[in-house]
Amino acid sequence: MIDKTVKSLADAVAGIRDGATVMIGGFGGAGQPAELVDALIEQGAKDLTIVNNNAGNGETGLAALLKAGRVRRIVCSFPRQADSHVFDALYRAGKIELELVPQGNLAERIRAAGAGIGAFFTPTGYGTELARGKETRRIDGRDHVLEHPIRADVALIKALRGDRWGNLVYRKAARNFNPIMATAAATTVAQVDEIVELGALDPEHIVTPGIHVTRVVRV
Amino acid sequence: MAYEKLSRDAMAARVARDIPEGAYVNLGIGLPTLVGNHLPPGREIFLHSENGILGMGPAPPKGQEDWDLINAGKQPVTLLTGGAFFHHADSFGIMRGGHLDICVLGAFQVSAGGDLANWSTGEPGAIPAVGGAMDLAIGAKATYIMMEHVTKGGEPKIVERCTYPLTGIGCVKRIYTDLAVIDVTPQGLRAIEWVPGLPFETLQSLTAAPLSRAA
Repeated sequence: MIDKTVKSLADAVAGIRDGATVMIGGFGGAGQPAELVDALIEQGAKDLTIVNNNAGNGETGLAALLKAGRVRRIVCSFPRQADSHVFDALYRAGKIELELVPQGNLAERIRAAGAGIGAFFTPTGYGTELARGKETRRIDGRDHVLEHPIRADVALIKALRGDRWGNLVYRKAARNFNPIMATAAATTVAQVDEIVELGALDPEHIVTPGIHVTRVVRV
Repeated sequence: MAYEKLSRDAMAARVARDIPEGAYVNLGIGLPTLVGNHLPPGREIFLHSENGILGMGPAPPKGQEDWDLINAGKQPVTLLTGGAFFHHADSFGIMRGGHLDICVLGAFQVSAGGDLANWSTGEPGAIPAVGGAMDLAIGAKATYIMMEHVTKGGEPKIVERCTYPLTGIGCVKRIYTDLAVIDVTPQGLRAIEWVPGLPFETLQSLTAAPLSRAA
């Protein structure tokens, strides 16, 4: 019998290695798997590359992971926020590397990784600092920039409900990056509010089919 | 003759007047968000939020915030009846695929050719953040800018060439300021209206690129 549910947060984040690339779902606090991030801090992996839209808020979740000194590099679109002081201090001290990516490129590069796309051309960012050094091509009279997929060793995501096959549904705008990150990582760990019986999720409404999910943990 | 600048709310109401029934619209963070408060009642307009919402409604009453339902500025919002949620790649596909009719963005500078600079002042030591600005700028069918006509220090924000780092090239269609509404045309900038009492020559002197006057 296939059962992707695990009993503890420690089991959920077991095996994440030093130097790993870890995607963390969420847009600000909405959809951020805060308990999994806390478990990752506890687990101790360091020298991480983190992929997230932001660079942590306040002192909890991703900000706490940064503060613990576990992150070497962050790939994100919007690090600077009113309460991003943990990241700000590390960045100014030269203790963290930043790859700044337009948000749509971040989403599409993650999607591309999950969909087996080698690279894609997009007009976003053409002629700007964020496209410097990248290959460009004029297609149908419009200038495009070549962008490559972003893959991860692990994705930590948050959903509302999951079942033992790993099927997931989300809640409102907490969905955001979670479904695409689930497709782009070798190991995807989902924290859910509720684990339901197989068959309880309407197959017409499942957003992430279980093929993309490795472990499910209830928090 | 004396003239008065438009207030932030008056600017928002001016932009809102030009958004037609049935339009799919994204309002950028900051000043453009105010446009949502001035949409004419009775007009059905679909607001898109980059974090995966179509049919976004106004802020909830105090005490009824749902932190899974926030806008691009991470403030709590509501969902209109008939609204929908979708993931981030679909949400940015809506922008990048040219499906939005209008986006309204703030700006540091706009050039005579419609180049936009709104994500970074390029100051050394500043922490850069781009968010969805570059996707919105190039993706919507019409990109409108809403900003003060000059900086706090009185420098024109409409310029011959942007000196701040660019967000997009040739992407701006119309500029709404606290003094005027200006179209970006292949023939250059064309002022289509300006506040009462403001001489056209004064408007030109506050604009660092040539303006023509709508007939």
